[in-house]
Amino acid sequence: MPTLATPNGYQLDTSGKRVVVDPVTRIEGHMRCEVNLDGDNVIRNAVSTGTMWRGLEVILKGRDPRDAWAFTQRICGVCTGTHALTSVRAVENALNIQIPENANSIRNIMQLSLQVHDHLVHFYHLHALDWVNPVNALKADPKATSELQQAVSPHHPNSSPGYFRDIQTRLRKFVESGQLGPFKNGYWTNPAYRLPPEADLMAVTHYLEALDFQKEIMRVRTIFGGKDIHPNWLVGGVPCAINLDGDMAAGAPVNMASLNYVSSITDRCIEFVENVYIPDIIAIGGFYKDWLYGGGLSNRSVLAYGDIPDRANDYSPRNLLMPHGAIIDGKLSEVHPVDLTDPEQVQEFVPHSWYKYPDESKGLHPWDGVTEPHYQLGPNAKGTSTNIIQLDEGAKYSWIKAPRWRGHAMEVGPLARYLVGYMQGNAEIKDQVDRTLAALNVPLDALFSTLGRTAARALEAQWAARKQRYFLDKLIATIKAGDTSTANTAKFDPKTWPSEVKGVGFTEAPRGALAHWIRIKDGKIDNYQCVVPTTWNGSPRDNKGNIGAFEASLMNTKVARAEEPVEILRTLHSFDPCLACSTHVMGPDGRELADVKVR
Amino acid sequence: MASETFYEVMRRQGITRRSFTKFCSLTAAALGLGPSYAQAIETAMETKPRIPVLWLHGLECTCCSESFIRSAHPLAKDVILSMISLDYDDTIMAAAGFQAESIIDETIQKYDGNFILACEGNPPLNQEGMSCIIGGKPYLEQLKKAADHCKAIISWGSCASWGCVQAARPNPTQATPIHKVPGLPAKPIIKVPGCPPIAEVMTAVIAYILTFDRFPELDMQGRPKMFYSQRIHDKCYRRPHFDAGQFVESFDDEGARRGYCLYKVGCKGPTTYNACSTVRWNGGLSFPIQAGHPCIGCSEDGFWDKGGFYERLSDVHGFGVEANADKIGGTAAGIVGAAAAVHAAASAVKRARSNSGANDKREGRD
Repeated sequence: MPTLATPNGYQLDTSGKRVVVDPVTRIEGHMRCEVNLDGDNVIRNAVSTGTMWRGLEVILKGRDPRDAWAFTQRICGVCTGTHALTSVRAVENALNIQIPENANSIRNIMQLSLQVHDHLVHFYHLHALDWVNPVNALKADPKATSELQQAVSPHHPNSSPGYFRDIQTRLRKFVESGQLGPFKNGYWTNPAYRLPPEADLMAVTHYLEALDFQKEIMRVRTIFGGKDIHPNWLVGGVPCAINLDGDMAAGAPVNMASLNYVSSITDRCIEFVENVYIPDIIAIGGFYKDWLYGGGLSNRSVLAYGDIPDRANDYSPRNLLMPHGAIIDGKLSEVHPVDLTDPEQVQEFVPHSWYKYPDESKGLHPWDGVTEPHYQLGPNAKGTSTNIIQLDEGAKYSWIKAPRWRGHAMEVGPLARYLVGYMQGNAEIKDQVDRTLAALNVPLDALFSTLGRTAARALEAQWAARKQRYFLDKLIATIKAGDTSTANTAKFDPKTWPSEVKGVGFTEAPRGALAHWIRIKDGKIDNYQCVVPTTWNGSPRDNKGNIGAFEASLMNTKVARAEEPVEILRTLHSFDPCLACSTHVMGPDGRELADVKVR
Repeated sequence: MASETFYEVMRRQGITRRSFTKFCSLTAAALGLGPSYAQAIETAMETKPRIPVLWLHGLECTCCSESFIRSAHPLAKDVILSMISLDYDDTIMAAAGFQAESIIDETIQKYDGNFILACEGNPPLNQEGMSCIIGGKPYLEQLKKAADHCKAIISWGSCASWGCVQAARPNPTQATPIHKVPGLPAKPIIKVPGCPPIAEVMTAVIAYILTFDRFPELDMQGRPKMFYSQRIHDKCYRRPHFDAGQFVESFDDEGARRGYCLYKVGCKGPTTYNACSTVRWNGGLSFPIQAGHPCIGCSEDGFWDKGGFYERLSDVHGFGVEANADKIGGTAAGIVGAAAAVHAAASAVKRARSNSGANDKREGRD
């Protein structure tokens, strides 16, 4: 039976040619994608598979809840810190710990600097090569490139013809050497690349500029967290004490010198995003604005938990500066509140995941989850268990579970947040979005696309850089008012804890809504469960056959050359997939794991 | 053009002789070598060919790659464009699918026995290796194929070196560090542990290998001595407070604001071999202790299973800074020369006596 209608509105047709992309590169972690193309090279069925699994939650069982941030931070080194923040919030929620105002400001600065860094690196180093052709940049006229640069971003200092000529020379010698390094075997003759050589040269130049600049962004987190990647966090606040006046302030984590450092980097972040990243998005977007594939679930079902509490300890939507809410069934004007503690709202399903439930027709709330790894290929798979030629999506086919919100497959991420914020009338978001749509001369509907996702991410980087300044100013104002406290250690000692508690912590990770659910018993972790952005976006089919966001976004896309699926990469990359995040999930019941034998 | 030298590549890319010389002296400085080595580096760069690198990813979190791109001296950009030929790295490479996988075969064919295999993460052995799948097959197969033909292996970070977080108890996937993978050929392995390793340590290891055409001197555990022979505690700027018995008792107390020693709130600096307190992080900006958090010991074998991060070490040696990892070896955590607790008490007594302590004899000094 080659055709199948999904409850969420897609017509799947498996009759055409099957194309496999494995590994999908320029993502975090490991992923496979299979599609069926019809006679016109249009995608009529899409299968996305998480191909790694690490089992972190079983490892967490029995450990000190105050250490959980360090373990969960290692779920992902790209969105480093966001799991740690989620984790300390979950523990604080369980134990009802209030953190100082300064700790909230510092955490927000760290989280916002991650948004800036992650979005920037994602666009230039993981995504740009889907739109930008470095080989074509060799044909550019440096003088015309300079004119283009000055037209799209008059304030960016690096814009002379000589500058672009030097970069082009370096690039030319690199290409002519035959040792293309990371650019090797790219699809550089594919007609899907549309930029004129000057725009390609400008973008490649910014690829290199961004690679140099990105290392500065995260130095903010080195100040507050001691190192980056994987800075340090603390249940009850932040570990970096403030000392501005006393003797030995020079040896203190936060002093006037370090605050100045953060201030200077914050200004440079705002400049770089506004002078380079945003203008590039508009310039590149202008050449691709009729390539409107990839919308997927974005105009149907999107989800955001919200983040960046303005005042400490208040996680209600009105105090969160990042949008909170769910849109379902394409009813864009209706934004629903989301309750992570409600067992009926967030549930995970496994009929198509390599895990086993006692009753797989039902979903389970993370606090009550059951997980057991069960790697098994379906009867229609081709190849063997250790040499997969083709997956059988009618059976189990991914290490990712299928989370659903009230039964709906949801898209999360910058576009989801921006759509929720836009529909709620968030003035800052509306202003950014409307300006961008006007600059590109496209309607609001253009947002529901691969490029819409990429543009929303850039706008969010700009928003985050500005908010980083807001919280730095707030931190300094609070210190000026005489409050230098950074941690509440009244409940740091596990002896002060009740014998059994549970909590939930949430953030908006760069890739989307993220939450951790924890149960603590006798001072130790009794169970721990994370539902992460790429679990939402990369989810396989569920018990009813709903397809997830990745799969939906690939549907009906026309591919120029079946053997060079740049269009598939383009759309998958627009979600910024993070597979190490999505596929660690298991074992909240703490069941002993036996070795799993395959078939 | 495998025979092209590093210097030729740099010149070809429009880099002046003057910049090249400057680069060599900066590299010498970054490696902790005297100015006289700049000439040696210059000579090496002028005569050595660029070396292809296959950078494979197993079970990991990509923190090593993220750390690598933060290198300030040299810039990651210059490493990738001018120092090595990074032919395969699925995190940044343009190609995907079979076009990506064919690069491994091509490199093996062209540079058999002459490329570096850089491993980030480790292979799982449970689930028939299929909890890490590349191209429909276990990652283990990709790893073995590349290892069979490489010249040498760099184990980036604690995952490849020791197993790290996914190998913490009960290690559900049986994640296995590179040097313990069954069936891997006996190739030279250099471990660069840390979660992640410091960016400038990563690029310095590459620069050293390119410069001297050999591995840096390794300790018995396979780590470069130049970065891993001393404990963080040995050169910690807060060490005088340890010696003076001045400790942070709880976070954000007066001691925390004054930058006192974090030993009592769980610092693992006394048992951790790494360069955090000397090279520091992100261009020498700071390191965990400077930012007020105890060291969690992330470059040590099995650090996830060595007690809570806020639990005080009970088995700290007080030996001097000249003792290196080999002298103390892997037994640092096992043999109790003198517990730091004893030392802390001793220093408190000493402080009470207002002894300046220039000749204090530390317990267990070797």
